[in-house]
Amino acid sequence: MNVIADAWDYLTTASSWTGDAGMLHLMAQQLLITFTALLVAMLIGLPIALWLGHLGRGGLLAINVSNIGRAVPTFALLALLVVADWPGTREFGPYGRAGLATIIALTLFALPPIITAANVAIREVSPSVRQAADGMGMTGWQKFWRVELPLAASLVMSGVRLALVQVWATATIAALVAGPGLGRVITDGFYRTNYGKGIAGAIVVATVALVLEGLAALAQRRLDPVPHDRSPKRHQGMSATRPMVAEGTDAVGH
Amino acid sequence: MTLLAAASATADAPSCYSRLTNEWFCWQYVQDRQDQLVSATVEHIQITLAAIAVSVLIAFPLALLARRLPRLEAGILGLSTAVYTIPSLALLPLLVPFTDLSKTTVVIGLALYALTILVRAVLEGLRSVPEEVRESATGLGYGPTRRLFRVELPLALPVMMAGLRVATVSTVALTTVGTIVSYGGLGNLISDGVLTNFRAELMTASIICVVLAVVLDLLIVGSQWLLTPWTHGRAARA
Repeated sequence: MNVIADAWDYLTTASSWTGDAGMLHLMAQQLLITFTALLVAMLIGLPIALWLGHLGRGGLLAINVSNIGRAVPTFALLALLVVADWPGTREFGPYGRAGLATIIALTLFALPPIITAANVAIREVSPSVRQAADGMGMTGWQKFWRVELPLAASLVMSGVRLALVQVWATATIAALVAGPGLGRVITDGFYRTNYGKGIAGAIVVATVALVLEGLAALAQRRLDPVPHDRSPKRHQGMSATRPMVAEGTDAVGH
Repeated sequence: MTLLAAASATADAPSCYSRLTNEWFCWQYVQDRQDQLVSATVEHIQITLAAIAVSVLIAFPLALLARRLPRLEAGILGLSTAVYTIPSLALLPLLVPFTDLSKTTVVIGLALYALTILVRAVLEGLRSVPEEVRESATGLGYGPTRRLFRVELPLALPVMMAGLRVATVSTVALTTVGTIVSYGGLGNLISDGVLTNFRAELMTASIICVVLAVVLDLLIVGSQWLLTPWTHGRAARA
């Protein structure tokens, strides 16, 4: 297990973290790109998905978007965008040529989980709650803003969380097309047969992914209007039960 | 003048992928590099199918175990979520110390991802079997094993097949990332296309990849149709 020792050496050497090609710099780049793409995807996806959900529609859209997102390899899309002349300048860097291609590809891949979760979340708000809102004389907008959205918030957030992890993962792949980010440590290590470095990069990427997932899970819990502390079963049978979506079955693309 | 133009036109007519022209769609390329494309596609299919087969073989016992021991279920599901969180480009290098640079590395990595989808699908499928059906089966004298195979699994098939479709389609797409350990099937062509700025190669490989995913998806839908005659029999009569 010589490689593991090499990886450990790489991780514990200060110079592999600092500097322009250091892992801290690359990590900052990748975080920047991840959050930019996520934000753009949310700005595009959420309004459409939420509004269609409010109208009780969009099921077909959600299914199709996620099917397409699943079938198109991230890597292929990234490669196509990088080789095409159109997006970005020739300059490399977080917002340069490969960077912009990366952001576009990542945005596209963040859309399916966001759209699906947001749409399902709103549509699954129980009809009796909706009727109650109608009975109270709420307008369509009020019903959406004050009833449906708070009840759906947690599930909507689960889609965003899924997208976040997926985008982080995909941002790693950007390195395969000379894009920015931590994936570069991995590809560098492999192309120059310095496997220790590659594995070190993989460890860092995986760790950050787990940390992001954990943070997003925390944020999601914060958004839950029906806080479930110790006993999650307590709320079963209430009309406002949070609808569940099989998360794992939808997370794809990295 | 016209002769010259015609001559030069015929000279570079076959090369929509020469040093000067770099077109996205190029049938000439497909013909010239047929062998390469076929072998890459075959490798892609091999890796995908192997990964799916391995994960199906592991997912079933694992899901049955999780169902039998609820305490284990949370652990198994949590672990599978954690695996899914790890980016593929990171997972493959992490496997290399154990399996070297080989096809096995890619197959194991992809199987792990598919496993996380399939275990959930099997569990959900079994859960979708109505309790009354289970009770009537017991009432008819079915033992646990026979009930599982004759009653529960057939009824769970639609949900499980849905999971299999998701797993297969995403595995086809993910196989391309295997190029990091030089076994990525069509992914190898894609990364070569990026390195050499070769648009036709890139586009062709990407299209084959998507087509492959669609074809496999349709095959699964077809086999599901054949395996669950009771679902469409009734619909057809109605």
